[in-house]
Amino acid sequence: MSALLSLRDVWVEYGDRIVIEKLDLDIEAQSFVSIVGPSGAGKSSFLRLILGQEAPTRGTILLDGEPLAPECGPDRGVVFQRYSVFPHLSVLRNTMLGLECPRAPFTARLFGAARREARDEAVAMLEAVGLGHSLDLYPAQMSGGMQQRLAIAQALVMRPRILLLDEPFGALDPGIRADMHALITKLWQDYALTIVMVTHDIREAFSLGTRVLTLDKRRHDPHAPHRYGATVVYDIPLNNRADRTICEDGGITID
Amino acid sequence: MRWVNRQVGRSNRLLLGALPILLLVLVYLVMAAQRHAENPADKILPLPGAMVESMSALIFEPDKLSGQLIFWADTLASLERLGIGLGIATLMALVVGLALGILPPVRATFGPLVTGIAVIPPIALLPILFIALGLGETAKVGLIVIGIAPVMIRDVADHVTALPREQIIKAQTLGASSWQVMIRVALPQAMPRLIHAMRLALGPAWVFLISAEAIASDVGLGYRIFLVRRYLSMDIILPYVAWIAVLAIVIDTTLTFTSRRMFPWAHGASH
Repeated sequence: MSALLSLRDVWVEYGDRIVIEKLDLDIEAQSFVSIVGPSGAGKSSFLRLILGQEAPTRGTILLDGEPLAPECGPDRGVVFQRYSVFPHLSVLRNTMLGLECPRAPFTARLFGAARREARDEAVAMLEAVGLGHSLDLYPAQMSGGMQQRLAIAQALVMRPRILLLDEPFGALDPGIRADMHALITKLWQDYALTIVMVTHDIREAFSLGTRVLTLDKRRHDPHAPHRYGATVVYDIPLNNRADRTICEDGGITID
Repeated sequence: MRWVNRQVGRSNRLLLGALPILLLVLVYLVMAAQRHAENPADKILPLPGAMVESMSALIFEPDKLSGQLIFWADTLASLERLGIGLGIATLMALVVGLALGILPPVRATFGPLVTGIAVIPPIALLPILFIALGLGETAKVGLIVIGIAPVMIRDVADHVTALPREQIIKAQTLGASSWQVMIRVALPQAMPRLIHAMRLALGPAWVFLISAEAIASDVGLGYRIFLVRRYLSMDIILPYVAWIAVLAIVIDTTLTFTSRRMFPWAHGASH
């Protein structure tokens, strides 16, 4: 399999504090990579790197063989734990925004046939995540689970090369979380997605992923703990395949 | 039951709210009657009859010199100044506040300037305005704008800056440019805050309006109040002050209603 995303000798430093050191990693297309690790081990920094929110201090990141621009773009979708949806737009408008922006540079709004087309596309996506009956609701009127479904639909309607999930189900109660696990697995299979998910829930990481990465510090200097950064300490391939079923009964969380 | 838990019903709330106002009116009437019993020509606390008489002359009878109905001419002139001033300030707050809030280079360049202007007491700038712009309408509107715009700009800019970073990132992953983030993400979410800022700015705007009118004008609510002060005409000043209060409440209520009507998503889950 070819590597969709490659990190080569990537370092992230803030001043003299090293967050990520010497990270070498290849992520294959259509894999579901779960990332776990204690707090402060650079999980968020890692996600920001791939998202393009910040550039590595050293090293290169390649997406499809091209160097990654240090800016967010439509080739990478993201779902955060919170605040991923726009409170001032209805469910439908939230999902249509991604279709409107690239096609209407000045107004960011579509009209006529283009609008109907975008609407149909958005509705189809919303039906796929189970929000087909909530098109005109505003995010404040929806539960946390529904908001995350919307955030996923919003990201997927862009057909991103990689979908990044930043503890997407962390704020949901266990029953809803199980539903969301089933949903994301189904979407991953149906749309042949490549997913990178950061999570605190080890059971979630293993039950969903095709590969689990653990970020942590290899070395520790008690006198200067900030001088060593985190890197991948465990890289565990799993046999989760498209035909599997997920079993889910609560979860174990670390830290 | 603790006082923090005592909820007041709708009809009771109306009653309770009216109580202090009625009490105040009653106290005034008693004191006015007392003074008039001692001195029938008392001007300091006029009786309602005297107020109605003086005001009806201003409301219904054309002025002998100008031929205008003075009360309405004053109201119109003041509202026009207030409206133009508030309008310009609001537009500035929206455009400048949005740019300051969402574009870091613009914030770095113009943030200190806006802060600097905001801390100058606007009344201290009034002489400059009069010298530069003359004693006409421009200077009065200018005072209102200079008085309230910086605070409104900062309020809108702070609100936009405080939008969750996740939203801005998300918009970019949806392919939005800086411009599109501004008009589709920041602008709509700044609008309710802008109306809120207008409501808060209304009080200072009235202060600057009355001040400007008191110093140099020939028509306006503030001008009239300061003019008749020379004759101790409390029978005109008090109804004018009450009228200003009514106007301010009407404007405030209209703004609140507009915000709830146009931006239901910003006012809680019960749309």
